[in-house]
Amino acid sequence: MKKNKIKIHKLRCKSCGICVSFCPKKVLAQDESQRLYVLDPSECIGCNICSQVCPDFAIEVIQENEEN
Amino acid sequence: MQGEQYLNPKRIPTIWCPGCGNGIVVHAMMTALDKLSVPSEDVIFVSGIGCSSRTATYAACDNIHTLHGRALPVATAIKLVRPDKKVIVMSGDGDSLAIGGNHLIHAARRNIDLTLIIFNNSIYGMTGGQVSPLTPSGKRGTTAPYGSIEEQFDTVKLLEGAGASYIARSGVSFFQPTVKYMKNAVSHNGFAVVEVITQCPIYYGRMNKHKSPAEMMQWQKENMVSLEKAEKMTEEERSSKILMGEFVCKEKPSYIEKRASMFKELCK
Amino acid sequence: MKKIKDIWQGAEACAYGAMKAGLDFFAGYPITPSTEIAEYLSAMMPKKGKTFIQMEDEIASIVALAGASMAGAKAMTSTSGPGYSLMQEGIGYACMVEAPLVVCNVMRGGPSTGLPTKVSQGDVMQSRWGTHGDHPAIAISPSSVQEMYSMTIEAFNLAEQYRTPVTLLTDETITHMREKIEIDPDKDPPLVRRLCPTCRENYLPYGTFVDDVPVIANLGDGYGTSVTGLSHHDDGFQTADYSISRALIERLSRKVEKHSKEIFDIEVWNEKASIMLVCYGITSRSVKALLARNKECGGGLDIGMVRLKTLFPIHEETLWNSLAHAKHIMVPELNLGQIVHEVKRIVGHQIPVSLISKTGGELINPDELCEEVVKINHAR
Repeated sequence: MKKNKIKIHKLRCKSCGICVSFCPKKVLAQDESQRLYVLDPSECIGCNICSQVCPDFAIEVIQENEEN
Repeated sequence: MQGEQYLNPKRIPTIWCPGCGNGIVVHAMMTALDKLSVPSEDVIFVSGIGCSSRTATYAACDNIHTLHGRALPVATAIKLVRPDKKVIVMSGDGDSLAIGGNHLIHAARRNIDLTLIIFNNSIYGMTGGQVSPLTPSGKRGTTAPYGSIEEQFDTVKLLEGAGASYIARSGVSFFQPTVKYMKNAVSHNGFAVVEVITQCPIYYGRMNKHKSPAEMMQWQKENMVSLEKAEKMTEEERSSKILMGEFVCKEKPSYIEKRASMFKELCK
Repeated sequence: MKKIKDIWQGAEACAYGAMKAGLDFFAGYPITPSTEIAEYLSAMMPKKGKTFIQMEDEIASIVALAGASMAGAKAMTSTSGPGYSLMQEGIGYACMVEAPLVVCNVMRGGPSTGLPTKVSQGDVMQSRWGTHGDHPAIAISPSSVQEMYSMTIEAFNLAEQYRTPVTLLTDETITHMREKIEIDPDKDPPLVRRLCPTCRENYLPYGTFVDDVPVIANLGDGYGTSVTGLSHHDDGFQTADYSISRALIERLSRKVEKHSKEIFDIEVWNEKASIMLVCYGITSRSVKALLARNKECGGGLDIGMVRLKTLFPIHEETLWNSLAHAKHIMVPELNLGQIVHEVKRIVGHQIPVSLISKTGGELINPDELCEEVVKINHAR
């Protein structure tokens, strides 16, 4: 099973919410103060859309090798 | 992040508002450069004035932030002095089509070997939301509170008429196509332009009743269609859509090539 | 280069001087009466593998110069009043980013389109204060075809030395007239080139200075040079910080002003005379003609001349010393009074200064000058 790690650069994120809206699996969410967090990493399919729609270079999806 | 090496980490976060699409355009450009394996020493970023023009200053390459509208003549000169470098101009719709409009058509006419990325957010963001030559007719800005009664430019047609040899249009909701067009533009011989439609949620969005940056990007997903798809649509269906794709891609001698042959001829 | 002894047009001498100075890049837009300079260079430059480009307007031309200059080229343009006005924002940009470049402004009658084919000296103060904000200015004024050659080289040297735009402030007559020129390459001044860094480690484009002049890597050398017209840090990134901005603005002017003694150059005839004429450019030819005629006639008038070869910066002490003996100072100008105010500011508190003004596109002839001098002589 492929596992993906989502890295959020907290200092870069401006809480715009675009990634939350575009994630097809609803992996990302914002808390009551709009801070971004990973809701359910196991759901991540590694499509990388969150990183591509992020205007602040704040999200990285690290695809881990299958053997790991 | 792919292309991170082209960014100056000391200057990030950017000054752009939350949800502004400019960073996505930058990310696409850095990804394109990474895919092309261009060393950062071989790139010079040039920009004018405006939100998008801050891009140059975020690059970990040589960069020059010039005057409002004047990025293209500065870039033209830099390319003429350093033809061995990739000279990339990052400009906004006001910068390149209003105050810099004259330089735009002449850069296209010369077919000078530059890449121009036009960040089209339909508004002047830096000065607080005034209408631009790319504000769609009827939309609002702080200087058109009752809606703009002017027509917007069609960037593609304008540039085609002026002689640009590569013209593409994309949107920030279409990352992969944007990267592909940018790659093609950077590799192109001659004047290559990619217009990328992006969102200004704070000024344009609020004044034109868009709920959020995400909603503006979803709107783009629904309202931009590829040239291939558009071919299958009726005239009426097409008229309400924004077309995207590679509109012009032709081989013709670039300014640098013509200069080289003139020098060769004269210095015989 | 070979020795030359010939009859040349001012424009040709300017073009030749620019080539001698190592001109790499010329961008310009046609405008009377400067066009001949561009035409000469458009023929000369490509043969040497140098870039001549006719831009879409003067705004494009001046910013192209700034770009070429920051990429390492010796860059120049030629223009006249309306074009010089259009270039002002770009000149300010060059001051701010410290781009060495040369603007040859061939003065014609203004304001506006004015008198395109006629002479004037109406752009003197524009060469000092044409662009907005506090900034350094160097403007030099040739008065012969010979000086159109030598001062063009000097303009490049000053630009490179101080990393700032330099105006070669000439006029329609000097540029169009033909007269004797002698060029001996052995007597040309040595050429100056800006300093460039040699070490990438800890490089900051506005962080290392030699005598207040930054040592900036050329764009394209891959040092990660960052340039902006905004107020900036030593790393070339914008800032609105008070102390950094203030230090920057002060240094920009200081780097030129502190060398005003070396830069400021004058030619003095009869320095002990009681009536001194302070002049520059084409007007000094009328003054010289008057002085020569006066000498031939037995020297009935006690007159002398201070010719300003440099208009800005003015070294006040040098100017004061050259005029200290005078009882009256007259300043002939082809305008309603521009440099006269500088002269009044510097010596006017001790010596009366009067203006001899002529506008409308004609030169002040020596007879007219003589009449004005005689009037003052009688009044005294």
